[in-house]
Amino acid sequence: MKIGIPRALAYYAYYPFLETFFEKLGFDVVVSDKTTKEIMDLGIEDAITDACVPIKLFHGHVRNLKDRVDYVLVPRLVKIKHDATFCPKFLGLPDMLSCSIPQFKNMLEVRVDLKRGRLDLFMLCMKFAKKFKKSFFKAYNAYLKALLSFKNYTHQFLQGGIPPLGIVGQKKNSPICLAVLGYPYMLYDPYLSLDLIKKLINMGVYVVTPEMLREKDKQKQASKLKKTLFWTFSNEVIRSAYCLFENQNVDGIIHVTAFGCGPDFIVDKLMEIDAKKYEMPYLTITLDEQTGQEGLNTRLEAFVDMLKIKKAKKEAAMA
Amino acid sequence: MRKVSFPYMGTSYIPFERLLTAFGNEVVVPPRPTEETISYGTKYAPEFACYPFKIVLGTYIQVLEAGADTLVSSGGVGPCRAGLYTTLQEKILKDLGYQFEMITLEPPGRHLKDLIYNIKKLINYRLSLKDYISIGRFAWKQLVLLDKAERLSHKMRPLEVKRGDTTQTYKKCVELIAGAKKYSDLREIEREVELLYDAIEKKDYDPIKIGIVGEIYVLLEPSSNLEIEEMLGELGVYVERSMFLSEYTISNAVMDLFHIAGDRDAKKMAAPYFKEMCGGHGRESVGNSVLFAKRGFDGIIQLSPFTCIPEIVAKSILPKVCKEHGLGFLTISLDEQTGKEGLRTRLEAFVDLLMAKRKKAESFRVKSQYVKEMA
Repeated sequence: MKIGIPRALAYYAYYPFLETFFEKLGFDVVVSDKTTKEIMDLGIEDAITDACVPIKLFHGHVRNLKDRVDYVLVPRLVKIKHDATFCPKFLGLPDMLSCSIPQFKNMLEVRVDLKRGRLDLFMLCMKFAKKFKKSFFKAYNAYLKALLSFKNYTHQFLQGGIPPLGIVGQKKNSPICLAVLGYPYMLYDPYLSLDLIKKLINMGVYVVTPEMLREKDKQKQASKLKKTLFWTFSNEVIRSAYCLFENQNVDGIIHVTAFGCGPDFIVDKLMEIDAKKYEMPYLTITLDEQTGQEGLNTRLEAFVDMLKIKKAKKEAAMA
Repeated sequence: MRKVSFPYMGTSYIPFERLLTAFGNEVVVPPRPTEETISYGTKYAPEFACYPFKIVLGTYIQVLEAGADTLVSSGGVGPCRAGLYTTLQEKILKDLGYQFEMITLEPPGRHLKDLIYNIKKLINYRLSLKDYISIGRFAWKQLVLLDKAERLSHKMRPLEVKRGDTTQTYKKCVELIAGAKKYSDLREIEREVELLYDAIEKKDYDPIKIGIVGEIYVLLEPSSNLEIEEMLGELGVYVERSMFLSEYTISNAVMDLFHIAGDRDAKKMAAPYFKEMCGGHGRESVGNSVLFAKRGFDGIIQLSPFTCIPEIVAKSILPKVCKEHGLGFLTISLDEQTGKEGLRTRLEAFVDLLMAKRKKAESFRVKSQYVKEMA
């Protein structure tokens, strides 16, 4: 049986787990093609105009998949961690899809609500296996393998690699170290982010993304905000930002956000105000389906050049 | 003494002012949002903040300039962004150099202790339980009456013979209610309101019925929705709004305390289309549309601030819902750029379409009757 996973949204955050789990269970896993202009156009056709680009892309990827697989996996992410939920668009995603995509009959909706952490994840996997009449041991084995592969994936990040973009390691002696903060589905989709991370690396920048910081360090920053944000991914971003502000181990921060992203206007403004306080250079890049390559290049080059000059001046003053 | 102020939303400032004054605060009454308010708001708010955020931020700046030192607003538990607005607004305003205290009233279900602690900050007298009850009773009655006056105005406006009568009557009613001193006054006013509306000269016909659903702030604050209800009423349309502040307070403050989901009907109706709570009023919008359809309405208008997440989800679901129930559907995104005349054109076209649709359905009914009689 063929199961299709759209290459969008949560895929970028959790794909090693998903792919391994379904493969070991004995499914044919088909991931939708890498984002192209065609997929983007398909998405824009179906999704409502007010939605943000990642949601439109999800529509496009579903269109790309739905006729060549038996089931298209559409997760309804409710809770992954106890302290936060997801953006309302994630919560209503299957409902949106079933209304906006015509003739979409093979949706496989999976409600992910992991209030109690690992235990709930295990139960969810077992329930899924039972639905497709797979044996318990096979499912258990798949679950363990999936966890292992996810652990391996997070470990690669901590080593300075960016596995979704195929970057294994980065040169440690780069002159400039920049944090690129944003949601996994923005940063790791090379089409959507206009290959921003690779561009920076080619400019000789060492890139840090939220996934590269240790979970423990991020959790420590949770108390910095008067009120915890409601959204898991946003919490990751803002806690990473506070981590970096505090340790001052990067030269600047680039925040990548989607046009019209709901949670991000809060995240972005909070970071902007605090960046000023900590004297951290800060750049916001807003992306949508119309963003041009050249405009982005110019902004990135200017930002990196500015940081280089600043650093050179500082070193000269020290010497 | 504290100088307290709060966001402006419809006529809710009348009971709030009473409540806060009775607790011994000096109240800086927020002005009705104008161009100036919105220009302050858009200047300091992030670009993608939703329209209510900008209006409220602008209002805060105006009242802080007028000397307020305490701001009271509601919180929330998400996932709608509005629950975090006070946090961000406080940060923005403090960054601008204003000195004040922000008091956020969280829903009682999860934060009862916080809520009581925060309310205590606002109470400056020693009051007996009896006092609390009489203050609460008065403010509540005022709120309910204001909603009633507004509801009646929606009902009467399409029927009025002389245009503008209803609007004037409504204004008079609000003044009367705001001027009440005692609880017994309010009872008299209630009768008077009914009499005033009865006195309007009326035509007798069956107007087009449109239900309005959407996000609470743009629904309740006429200056943010360009007085859409008045505009529709003057086009001869009976308008009904899915939400009033008194009902909202019951379902979100009282029911929440006992962990009962408010607005059950709407949620039940939305269930086949909208399976998950997604914050804000997205699910209520869908549920209320179904309820409107069941009551024989002709169309639905959805009001949402630009980039409002729950309403975007609802917006992608509503066309299907309305199609299944044979309703006309129009969605209106509001922000600081929306122009009144553009909106009027859209509304006129929408109402014309609904009228044509109704006529078609009627002629079909008549025809089928003839055919039946012949057979």
